[in-house]
This record gives sequence, C-alpha cells and structure tokens, in this order.
Amino acid sequence: MSWLSNALSSSIGRKIIMSITGLFLCSFLVIHLIGNLQLFKNDGGVAFNIYSHFMGTNPVIRTIEFVLLAGFVFHIYEAIALTGRNKAARGPQGYKVDNIGQNSPWQSRNMGLLGTIILIFLLVHLYNFFYRARFGDLDPDINSNDDLYTLVASSFKQWWYVLLYVLAQVALAYHLIHGFKSAFQTLGLTHRKYTPFITYFGYAFSIIVCAGFAAMPLYFFFLK
Amino acid sequence: MAGSNPNAKPMDLTLKVWRQRNRTADGQLVDYQVKNISPDMSFLEMLDVLNEDLLHKGEDPVAFDHDCREGICGSCNLYINGRAHGPEPGTTTCQLHMRKFKDGDTIVVEPWRAAAFPVNRDLSVDRSAFDRIIQAGGYVSVNTGGVPDANEIPVPKSIADRAFDAATCIGCGACVASCKNASAMLFVSAKVSQLALLPQGQVERKTRVENMVAQMDKEGFGACTNIGSCAAECPVGISLENIAILNREFLAAKATSNNLA
Ligand code: HEM
Ligand code: SF4
Ligand code: FES
Repeated sequence: MSWLSNALSSSIGRKIIMSITGLFLCSFLVIHLIGNLQLFKNDGGVAFNIYSHFMGTNPVIRTIEFVLLAGFVFHIYEAIALTGRNKAARGPQGYKVDNIGQNSPWQSRNMGLLGTIILIFLLVHLYNFFYRARFGDLDPDINSNDDLYTLVASSFKQWWYVLLYVLAQVALAYHLIHGFKSAFQTLGLTHRKYTPFITYFGYAFSIIVCAGFAAMPLYFFFLK
Repeated sequence: MAGSNPNAKPMDLTLKVWRQRNRTADGQLVDYQVKNISPDMSFLEMLDVLNEDLLHKGEDPVAFDHDCREGICGSCNLYINGRAHGPEPGTTTCQLHMRKFKDGDTIVVEPWRAAAFPVNRDLSVDRSAFDRIIQAGGYVSVNTGGVPDANEIPVPKSIADRAFDAATCIGCGACVASCKNASAMLFVSAKVSQLALLPQGQVERKTRVENMVAQMDKEGFGACTNIGSCAAECPVGISLENIAILNREFLAAKATSNNLA
C-alpha cells in the first residue's frame, strides 16, 4: 500500500484530501443550518430542543459525528502540512517588493488565516454549546428535554459573543468563496460547460449559508 | 539614442537592483541612476545601458539572463516592482517597454524567488529544476524509422488547438515566481495536458504524470492552492484549466497505473 500513502502525501494528494474534506464539511454546514433554523420558531424552544435531543442521542447521528470529527482533523492536518511546505518553497529570501495583490483575490491568498479564525471560533462554539449539551447539566424544558434553547438565547445576549459569531461567519464566507470552486478545480472536476455554474453556485452558497448562521446571534441579540 | 518615436522623451530613472555575488553570499538592493532612457527601449536594453555605465566606472555589471529578446526563450526573468516580468500582462521582460514607466520612477528589480530556483548571481537564477522535471517525463518516446506520412494520426482540430495552447509554455518560471506557494503546477500541467491530449502521448501517459509530479515535489516546489497568480502573470496565457487536467491525470494514473511505489 505504499503507493497509496505516497500518492496521498504528494502535493496533489494532500490537496485532494483538502478538497474532499472541505466539500464534506460544506455538506455538514447545510445540515447544521437547516436544523438550527428551528431557533427562529416562536415556541419557546420546544422544537429546537426536540431536534437537539435527537441529534445528541440518535445512534446514526452519533456515528456520523465521528466521521465529521475525522473530516475536520484531516482538513486541518493537511492545511498545516501544505502551508508549511508552501512557505518553505519560497526559500529563505522573499521579495522585498511584492505586488501579488494585483494579480489575485485576497481570500485566495489567505485561506490559512481564514481557516485559523474559523478554528478559534469552532473551539469556543464547541465548548459553549456542544460540550455543555453533551456533558453539562442543562435544565429540562417542558418536554423534559435538555433546554439548550435557553442557553443559546442567553449566550446571544452577550455582545462579544454575537460579534465573535458574526466575524467567524464572515471569515467562513470568504473561506468558502475561494474554497468551494477551488475544491472542484483540485479534483479536476472542471468543464467549460459546468465550471461557470459551479463558480456562481459556490459564491451564492457561501453567502447564503454564512448569512443564515450569522442571522441567529443577530436575531437573539436584537429581536428577542 | 532617442529612439524611433520623435515624441518619445527620454527619461531618468532610479533602479533598486538585487546584487548578490554568488549562491551563498548575502545580497541586497543597490540603488543606481540611469539617464536618457528612451521609452522605446525594452527593459533589457535599459539594463544594458546601466551595465555599460557600470563597466565605464570599473564596477561589476549586473548579471541577468537573456537570450532571444523576442519573447520565446523564457530566460529573461525579472521580478519588476513586485510583479513577474513587470506590470504589463502577457509579456516577457524582453518585451516590456520603457514607455510603461514614467520619468523619475523608482523601479525595484529582483530575481525569481523560490527554494528550487537558487540565485546564481544578482538577477540570474538557476532554473535547472524545470529541466529535471521535463526529463522525468515531459517527452514522447519515438521509434526511429521512416518519416510518417502527414495526417496519418488524426487529431481533431479542437484538441490540436488546446494541445498547442498548452505547448506554448516557454518555461520561464513566472508562474513559480509569482505564486505565493512557489508552485510549479502551471508549468507541469502545461506539459502534462499537452501530451495527454494528443495520441502520441498515450503510451507514456500514466508514468509521465506520476514521474513529473514526483520530480516537482522532490525539487521543493509548493502545492497549488488555486490562487491564480500564475495564470495572470504567465506571458503566454497558459490557463488554469491545465492544472485541473493535471490533477485529473494524476488521480487517474495513481488509481490505475501498475506502479506500486
Ligand atoms: C477549522 C479550521 C480550518 C482551517 C485551518 C482551514 C484551512 C484551509 C486551507 C489552508 C485550505 C487550503 C487553501 C486552498 O486550497 O486554497 C482550505 C481549503 C478549503 N477549506 Fe478549509 N479550513 C478550515 C475549516 C474549513 C471549514 C469549516 C470548511 C467548510 C465547511 C472548509 C472548507 C474548505 C474548502 C472547500 C477548501 C478548498 C479545498 C481545495 O481547494 O482543494 N474549511 N482550508
Ligand atoms: S506556464 Fe507560463 S509562466 Fe509558467 S513557465 Fe510556462 S510560460 Fe512561464
Ligand atoms: S530573452 Fe528570450 S523570452 Fe525574453
């Protein structure tokens, strides 16, 4: 199997892992967004708590959780490996004057920075909601489900929390504006007929998904 | 020499040129003044004027690579004001004219920067890494024998055009120089897709892409992150589509070749 490990640790192999995990994470975002839309329901959180109870206890979901974790781990691992390799490739002496900004978009050159912002957000997010829902001691709601809704609602009353969430979504949007179409390019899935559509779709996807997530903290902060 | 254009006013410029004695020495930017530069000169002719001045003063001339001076050999590689081959799209440095600059401008001139392209001296870098990548598979093995008849191997016009577009790569290395990751994937992809598109390239199709990518990695070039600086700076307009073709070829070869290493 050395051919496989050699292939996957080559420059293109690493990129292929990045792109597959990246697109997998995009599919997760869709599910996560659709489920969380129940936060907007005006029922004091009953529906949202039923949903989060299901997500926290269903064995299929719990299994997929590990796949999701692996997706993040591989994506981040390859991001670090590639960024290290790419920094070394410039050599010890960089340019004194570099106007690279004139030939390429900012987000394409700063995927590592954007990813790091997303990672910091992710750790705070997991600690505050996931960890406390799974291992914490939330009060029961009227259906005796854990009342995650109240925790979400009270968290999003803190301005710095709302700010962190909105900034993270802006970073994610830029990450995906480059990343979505980039993943198809990396996988060689390009065609004169379909690539323009993939580009536009990726753009719309990034904005709609991230605006959807950002709407949640803003809704609780300003309208609840 | 005032040039052929009677309206062209000669200009005075300040140059900041990278000077470095050899591979291991430290280098730095050194300021020079050049006077009476005709806007009709090419960038290299302007450097010739500088070197003549330096020689008259008994100083070492600035080393820079050049050969054809007509945009086809790919050796005149300079990073000018932070851009590969200067600010003008679709040109090599020898085809860049001084009329793109203004009287009194300061122009920074640096060599290509990549771990795989060590500086020989001043502005001249060693691009033999590209030669080794081509040697690893960027060719078609042809048996000796009689000359084949024209059109014996049919190639559709649309395929021939795409292969020819890829074949126009002059191996200058502007893609590597301008890439944030110093990636050589545009260069490698141009050769891989040119030969993968043509019937003559089929025999070595899988080994070619495997060996060329392995050599590219061994030379220490970075991995493409689809930024697009390379295609924007490429003097002959090699398109990013070739990199997608390279990735596709690589995946297919790794999945199906008989190479177990
Ligand atoms: C958690 C921290 C994260 C880090 C450090 C990170 C970092 C990176 C880096 C460095 C790249 C490579 C740049 C490139 O290929 O252009 C990349 C690509 C990508 N990322 Fe992330 N990312 C993170 C999270 C995410 C998330 C949450 C998603 C989506 C839900 C995502 C989706 C993508 C996609 C689709 C690509 C493109 C893959 C390709 O071009 O081959 N990333 N990421
Ligand atoms: S792809 Fe373009 S920039 Fe790169 S070596 Fe070939 S001609 Fe030069
Ligand atoms: S000197 Fe040959 S391309 Fe410029």
